[in-house]
Amino acid sequence: MHRTKVKVVEEALDANNTIAAANRADFERAGVTVINFMSAPGAGKTTLLERVVADLPGVRVGVLEGDVHGSMDADRLAGLHVPVTQINTDAGFGGECHLDANMVRSAIPSLPLADIDLLIVENVGNLVCPAEFRIGEDARVMVSAVTEGVDKPLKYPLMFRACELVIVNKIDLLPHLDVDLDHLLYNIDQVHPDVERMMLSARTGEGVDAWRDWLTQIAVREEAVV
Amino acid sequence: MHELSLSSAIVNTVAKHAHGRRVTVVNLRVGRLRQVIPDTLEFYFQFVARDSVCEGAQLMQEVIPARLRCRTCDHEWAIEIPAFRCPACTGSDVEVASGDEFEVESIEVEEAECIAQR
Repeated sequence: MHRTKVKVVEEALDANNTIAAANRADFERAGVTVINFMSAPGAGKTTLLERVVADLPGVRVGVLEGDVHGSMDADRLAGLHVPVTQINTDAGFGGECHLDANMVRSAIPSLPLADIDLLIVENVGNLVCPAEFRIGEDARVMVSAVTEGVDKPLKYPLMFRACELVIVNKIDLLPHLDVDLDHLLYNIDQVHPDVERMMLSARTGEGVDAWRDWLTQIAVREEAVV
Repeated sequence: MHELSLSSAIVNTVAKHAHGRRVTVVNLRVGRLRQVIPDTLEFYFQFVARDSVCEGAQLMQEVIPARLRCRTCDHEWAIEIPAFRCPACTGSDVEVASGDEFEVESIEVEEAECIAQR
């Protein structure tokens, strides 16, 4: 036996990125815009979807729900009469804490791509891992609830940098919290300068119109490109 | 916690290049911006490596410092905290010069002695 050194020089996540590119090509061929929707658990992703998915003018929406276990979120959205597909990650290695390109790839045959313009992929609630794995999306959106405190951008910079839009949710609770909104916005700007931001409350509906408009525009814009 | 997924990615990448040979060392380049905790990665790597060509392999991690470059004024600087605005011109058009690597640089494998020597 002797030892040999083998030069590799390969990003360890290349395999995921290759599958993500294949997903992207499939989505583009079908004319479907894809959003990767991420946040910590309990930031309000599902409520934000409930607010808008049935009411995007001229845009047919589908939702892909990623959860470690169960179909609670999918059940909530099914009442809105939009197609919802569920992926449970616990079939993987002990319950993955994020969706990766391969999991989304395996769900593609069960997605109604011919009947939708916009696919929103609700990722597993987690501020760390989802930021590492592209899934073939056109844009990434993250939600940060004011109840999480002002320091989260500094603690999870990868996530706050890995998105094109940051939604600051639960602003109706600000009067009850020792949270300085300006400080939170400053920290977001430090980590991801000039990223697009939206302040809203999924509960009261304040600011939700901007979220609805953003989704409508991105669906239409991507369609124009195709 | 993402060190578990990252460990799987390392083992899969290495397996592709090992062609069935037993791997003794994996040399990894990890950028500071990847939020990887070296001890945690080491722990999960040994766990995920079981029953693969990487079983028992040593994981050598070279940590790459984070450096940014401003596309507006060309200023280049090192960061220790996640602040991505240019300190020289306050611009936001900033690129990562180094620090976002997560790369298998090389591996060391055991070769059987060639028995068909002339």
